[in-house]
Amino acid sequence: MDAIVTNGLTKMYNGRPVVHGLTLRIPVGCVYGFLGRNGAGKSTTTRMLTGMAFPDEGTATVLGDDCTQLSPETRARIAYIAEGHPVYKWMTVNHFLKFSRSFAQRWNHPLVEQILDYFQLSRTRKLGKLSKGQQAQVSLAAAIAPDPDLLILDDPTLGLDTVVRRDFLESLIQIIQRQGRTILFSSHILGDVERVADRIGILVDGILRVDAPTDQFKSSIRRIVLEFAGEPPPFPDCPGVVASRIVGHKREVIVAGLTEKHKAAMESLSPLSSEVMELNLEDAFIAYTRGSRPAMPLFHVQMASSPSTVKT
Amino acid sequence: MEFQVSTTSQTPIYRQLAGQIRRGVALGKLAVGEQLPSVRELSRQLVVNPNTIARAYLELERDSVVHTRQGIGVFIAQPQSDVQKAARKKLLLDKLDELLTDAVYLGFTQQEVAELVEERSRIFSWSPASGDP
Repeated sequence: MDAIVTNGLTKMYNGRPVVHGLTLRIPVGCVYGFLGRNGAGKSTTTRMLTGMAFPDEGTATVLGDDCTQLSPETRARIAYIAEGHPVYKWMTVNHFLKFSRSFAQRWNHPLVEQILDYFQLSRTRKLGKLSKGQQAQVSLAAAIAPDPDLLILDDPTLGLDTVVRRDFLESLIQIIQRQGRTILFSSHILGDVERVADRIGILVDGILRVDAPTDQFKSSIRRIVLEFAGEPPPFPDCPGVVASRIVGHKREVIVAGLTEKHKAAMESLSPLSSEVMELNLEDAFIAYTRGSRPAMPLFHVQMASSPSTVKT
Repeated sequence: MEFQVSTTSQTPIYRQLAGQIRRGVALGKLAVGEQLPSVRELSRQLVVNPNTIARAYLELERDSVVHTRQGIGVFIAQPQSDVQKAARKKLLLDKLDELLTDAVYLGFTQQEVAELVEERSRIFSWSPASGDP
């Protein structure tokens, strides 16, 4: 059973595809980490999946319904938290929960009470007076109280401080433990994604470039560094090469799934030295999404003729 | 025993955890028959997806480090005496070669390395002599 199936999903803004031919399958019970740089198309995708934006091409099925025609029953099984936890600031916590409850068919009242008590959230305070972290907890409580089968979170930890973020993740881990609940969340904090996600997808300029189990992605990416006496030669074209760039007298190549072919290509260039390194998830993500942009030049941080003002 | 995971490491989380349990057994911090925390408990404690914990346990079970009693829990298994001894010896030799290579480059003498190994191995808990090589 799949919770989300998309086929060639495409959205155009001003004649330019922001999401381009997205084909994806997220099985029931999976925690899917949706990654990509700002503007890669993550939010547009989640908006299409929740019926808030219509695709220009392709289809998406969410909990069995076409995403452009979600029935009220299916809608009730989906919880969505938009980027930045937007809430009505003039509402009190109590008011907001009552308001959310009016849309729900089920409501786990004890759970909500537990979350409010644990985070010491006053029920009579206005949402606008709460901290960003407290707002996040209230909106998470309201999102999971109806016991949704699918939870879509658009960058839920954006702007939260380290401690609040960890609290939020701890809540999320408990939510994951309910059998058969599917979670799709996007984030820029790769450490969080690694803790929480079974599987990750990486969007680069609207195109899904990676869709793999988290561990597998992390352990398949390698950085090859080849050193030469002069200008490094280009790396032979072979499948799996994600990016290649020159850093001084070195050529740095990022490879997904190192094979004998890559090793042969390395040897064919007869470099002075060669090294193959494993990467952590964050470095792997950066290497993957940065592409072949050349290394950053050395900035002229020191003023050429500035008088010395250092006093001793 | 306390476990800890890091997301800045190159090693996947499930392998970090499996490694810590293996090390715990080797150092005698985890005794044969001792019960490990449940998947749920450890998932909450380490703030890690429960499937990741389950995967670590599964790998340890496959290598006979732990055994699962259905509906009761996960326990440290009796060390296997001669099953796959050759395979395990191969594994150890690989690690040893790696270590000795480092030792050579770090400028240690053969004598010094032998003494260090002797000294460090005293803090580990070893299974009783099994008789084979």
